[in-house]
Formats: sequence, C-alpha cells, structure tokens
Amino acid sequence: MTAVRQPEGVGEVVDPIPGAGAPHLPEQPDLVQLLTPEGERVDHPDYSLDVSDQELRDIYRDLVLVRRWDVEATALQRQGELGIWASLLGQEAAQVGAGRALRAGDMAFPTYREHGVAWTRGIDPLHVMSLFRGVDYGAWDPVATGFNLYTIVIGSQCLHATGYAMGLQRDGGEHAALAFLGDGATSQGEVNEAMIWAASFGAPVVFFCQNNQYAISVPLERQSRVPLYRRAAGFGFPGVRVDGNDVLAVLAVTRAALAAAREGQGPTFIEAFTYRMGAHTTSDDPTRYRLASELEEWKLRDPIARVKAYLARSGIADHDYLASVEAEADELAGRIRSGTLEMPDPPGTAIFDSVYAEQTSELAAQREEFVAYHASFEGGEH
Amino acid sequence: MTSQTLTLGKALNLGLRRAMEDDAKVVLMGEDIGRLGGVFRITDGLQKDFGDDRVVDTPLAEAGILGTAVGLAMRGYRPVCEIQFDGFVFPAYNQIVTQVAKIHARSRGRLPMPIVIRIPFGGGIGAVEHHSESPEAYFAHTAGLKVVAVSNPVDAYWGIQQAIAHPDPIVFLEPKRRYWEKAEVDVDAAPGPLFSSRVVRGGDDVTVLAYGPMVKTALQAADAAAEEGRSLEVVDLRTVSPLDLGPVFESVRRTGRCVVVHEAPVTLGLGAEIAARVTETCFHSLEAPVLRVGGYDTPYPPSKLEEEYLPDLDRVLDAVDRAMAF
Repeated sequence: MTAVRQPEGVGEVVDPIPGAGAPHLPEQPDLVQLLTPEGERVDHPDYSLDVSDQELRDIYRDLVLVRRWDVEATALQRQGELGIWASLLGQEAAQVGAGRALRAGDMAFPTYREHGVAWTRGIDPLHVMSLFRGVDYGAWDPVATGFNLYTIVIGSQCLHATGYAMGLQRDGGEHAALAFLGDGATSQGEVNEAMIWAASFGAPVVFFCQNNQYAISVPLERQSRVPLYRRAAGFGFPGVRVDGNDVLAVLAVTRAALAAAREGQGPTFIEAFTYRMGAHTTSDDPTRYRLASELEEWKLRDPIARVKAYLARSGIADHDYLASVEAEADELAGRIRSGTLEMPDPPGTAIFDSVYAEQTSELAAQREEFVAYHASFEGGEH
Repeated sequence: MTSQTLTLGKALNLGLRRAMEDDAKVVLMGEDIGRLGGVFRITDGLQKDFGDDRVVDTPLAEAGILGTAVGLAMRGYRPVCEIQFDGFVFPAYNQIVTQVAKIHARSRGRLPMPIVIRIPFGGGIGAVEHHSESPEAYFAHTAGLKVVAVSNPVDAYWGIQQAIAHPDPIVFLEPKRRYWEKAEVDVDAAPGPLFSSRVVRGGDDVTVLAYGPMVKTALQAADAAAEEGRSLEVVDLRTVSPLDLGPVFESVRRTGRCVVVHEAPVTLGLGAEIAARVTETCFHSLEAPVLRVGGYDTPYPPSKLEEEYLPDLDRVLDAVDRAMAF
C-alpha cells in the first residue's frame, strides 16, 4: 500500500473505515447528530428539529415498514421471483429522513436504491418491485409523485436534477430538486459537472450523498482523499456531514438545505454518513471485501433501534403502538409478496410502444412483423 | 410568398429566432452561443434579443449541457443544445444514449424529451483533429433518437423549426462546410415534413443517395455525368433515422442501380443499412449491387490529406461507372 501524502491545506484525509481493527466506534468529526445510537436526543448548535410526537411515531413506522419491504424483496429474489434486488438495509434513516424533508412540488432524483424515499413519496412498493422483477422500468408516475424514475447509470441523475432546478428557477416557484447519489458516484465526471452547473446558476438543488462506505466492493479511500462533504467548498457552496443513521438529524439538515435552495441561496451538498449493512445487490458477496466485525460495529448504530429506544423511553410510543407497527409491517410484506407473484408479464408488443412520442414507420413495421411472426405459430398469439 | 436569399447558417439563425418567438419554452444552450453568437455565429444576436435565460452560455462541459437539458425537458422546456463541433459530442454521448434516448420509453411516455442536439458535422474546412467528423451512425443506431441531416438553406430554415416543435429527441446535423451556401428561402411555407427524403434531380441510369454536405457533391457528379450522356437521379435523404426510403425504392426499381454517398466511414455506416434495405426490397430490379462511397476506416486525417479521404465528384462517378459495368 502506497503511503498517502496529505495535500497541503487539507486538514484531514478521509476517515479510516470503521471497524478496521478499531475496538471502539471511531471519531466522526463534524457529524451532525440529534439522536445518538443509544437513543438520546442531543442538541446541535446549527440544526434543530421541530417535530411532533405524531410525526415521530410516523417516522418510526416508515423506518420499520421500509426495512420489512426490503427484507421481503431480498427473500423474493432468493426464491427466484425478482431478477435482482438492491437492498437499502442500514440506510433507512438516510432515505426516510431525506424523503420526509421534501414537499409536494419538489422533485427527487433517485439512484436505484432509494426505496425508502419512494415510500415517503407515496409510491406503491409494487411499482418498484415490477422493475426488479423485470416487468418494466419502474411503474410509478414521476410527475405525479415528484419522484423521478430510477437511474441506473451512476451519477447521471445529478445533472437531470440540476437542469430541473434550472427549470424551477425559470418558472419562479418555491420548489427545489433533491439529487441522490452514493459515495462512488462522486468520482463521476457528470456529478462534478452537475455541481459546477448548480453553483454557476445558483440552482435550487440539494445533492444528497449517502456515503455507505463502499461502491460495490471498493472502499471510500479509492474515491476520495478528503471527506466527501468538503468537496462542496471547491465548487463554492456549503457541504455538511450528517449522521446518516440518525433520521432526525437527516431530516433537519435536509430541510434546512432545501429551504435555502427555495430561498434562492443555491445548492448544498449533504454527506449522509451511513453503512450498507447488506450486499450491494443480491448478486454481490460482501464477505469478499469487508470484515464481519465491521458490520457488527455498525449494527450498534442501527438507524431504527435508536428511534425505538427513544420513543419507548420518552413515552412517545407505547408497546401497543410498536406492536401495531410490527403487525402492519407483516401485512405490507404479505401484500408485496402476493402482489409480486401475481404480477402479470407484459405483452410482447410492449417493447415497441413507448420508444417515441411519435412512432416511426420503421418501428411500426417491425411491430407488425413481430405480431405476424408470433401469430404464425399454432395457437396464434404468444 | 416572402422569400429571402439566405446562407445556410443565416437560415438556421432565422429559424431558431422564429422557433423562440413561437414558443417561450424554447431554450438554447451551448458553449459560446450567447455573447459570441457561436463559433459559426449560428446563434448570432439571439441572446441580445431573448436574454441569457433563453440563450445560455453554459460551462464548458458537454455532458452537462445534455444532462441539464434532460432536467429542463422534464420541466416542460424545449432545450436546443449546440455541440460546438462533431468530435466534441462524445463527452455527452452517455447522456444522449443512456438518458435522452431512453427516458420516453423508461417513463412509458410520461416524460417526453423534446431536445434538439445541433451538431456542425463533416469535413472539408481544413480543420484540426475532432473538427471534421461524421458521427451519424452512432446516433442512428440508438433507439429513441431521430437523426436529421440538412443539405441546403431551405431545409435548414424549416428543418430546425420542425425539429424544435417535434416531441422526440433529434440529433440535428448541420453540414458545416455548406454554412455559407446561399439559396432563396420561402419563409412562409414549409417545403414538406421533416422525416422525408426528396428526389432533387431526376434521372434514369443510376440512383445516387446522399445527405448533408454530400448532396451538393452528388449533384455536381450528376452534372458531370450528364456531359458524358449518363443520367443520374439524386435523392437527398434529409433524414437519417428514420430513413424514408419509399422514393428510393421507387427510383431504384426504374434505374436498377444505386450508389450511396456519405463522408462517414463505409464500414457499418448508413450506406450499409441502406444497401441491405434496397437489396431486400428491390432485389429483382437490381442490375448491380448497391455500391458505397464514403470515408475510409481511418481516423479523420490531417487537413492536408482530407481531400484524399472525402468522397468527391470523381469518386462518385467512379462508383457510377462500376455500377454501370456490372
């Protein structure tokens, strides 16, 4: 391993990967936190959160239901009912917190892992499952839900969010765009271009980076020699690092960033410091590139356990409420399972039908050939 | 009828102006297109008249131009992106192929992408590397895109307006070496639909197909052939994707011979696709195989050698001779 030179003027290189031999939770400088892993509410000088008890219970419910959905989807993939699944396990707080900071009229630009954000935008989980089952490219209406379709090419959606925000500027409304990206995506040219554009035009866009420590197998050190949130300074806008496993801190920080964007103060980069507790996708094997002890350590920072501890200790939620959420989660899982299994395959001609707004005669001819070919078999349609 | 004598470049400028007047959602984006008016001055004067929100001098990053155009299109805008030169489109290639082309299908039509990507293309201007390329096949091979290549001021004036009004993404190829060619342009009546080819010279012996800068070359070849008693029918394809080959099939059934001319390398170029389709449809009418005249399978050469690389009148006539000798 080559020795790392610390560039002049940069006070700190990227943090060591948590758990790499360290017997304690490593220091995380500049981490905004409002709820500790033990479930204690703490204050932060720059961020406060005005949140009702009912909202806290709803947040807990979101976290639990989203995790249950994720677990069910992983099981369905293992049983051959999904082609692949990109698990959000461990990132529930980052996603529910960010998603809940959005308002109607705002637009989110997800990667392919933001199931928790989809949930907060009111999207039917089955409209996400259909993508991973291979039925379509995602069945929700991006315009009606304010949640763009999943973008699989890494980082490309950051430019879409920025252009969308430029449109919001021209339209004169009070809305903002929220671009999701991962730690790996920060190496993409398009992501850097998006931040240049956003800064140059003062676009109302927030870049929400879930630093889950790995880009499939490659750890953060290969993407950046400085903490990611510090990159923003080079583009000319604020960067902030938040405990990505603290749903309250994520909500507070994202709300503040979106408010600044809506008020014409331009973009913010948020680094949600978190951990992908599962595999990159169901095709991945994380035991090949990370230690079991690292996962164990992050389990101590579980994003849901701390909320549950806080709700129970503070009396905001009683046993009956917590039990009712568990029951609802099981019910949701059942609905996701049966809905996935019952999902009809699309007709073959679907491949031709939305390529263009104005179908070409060439493609119409191919469609006719396709239909005629299938009709030529005994029994007709197929 | 109001007609004006316009260069191809000025016809584009007026066409863009008219499109911007017709629809307030039209936004021009590109490098140096505002204050400078573009390196070829195609957007000259437009920022002054429409403001810098509608004629946007962008940062110098082509993926950024196309990626933000996608977002603007999602908000209901109609971005018209200028790529400064053909060889500089590749940093934007990812956005064009994986996003611009696919978002309509991905969203099952909920997110139309009415984006026009203007690219000055082709060689013959004595330029350095990356300034003379013909990348049309890359785009024609991509489902979800449409590709247009104009050859003259009339089509430039009307075509750019038709492309901007069209609901699908269009790569709009401008023959940069013909920017200064002049013609009478009727600014009141469109000559015909965007995605249609046109017979621009009638003839009986060989059908010659071209688009963009090669249409003029094909017409010059037809003049020269006429002096030798050969009658060439010249078809301006005008649209590269979709191809409008109806008039071509009709022509080839009469002539029995077909030559396709383009500047791009012949291997897997448009000529290959056209040859296949003409053969499939006109097999029994053909007296000779469909022949292709185009660039060689080399990088575009330094300018001292570009005359050797580019198809010219003589290479077209050579192909005509070979077709006749079959």
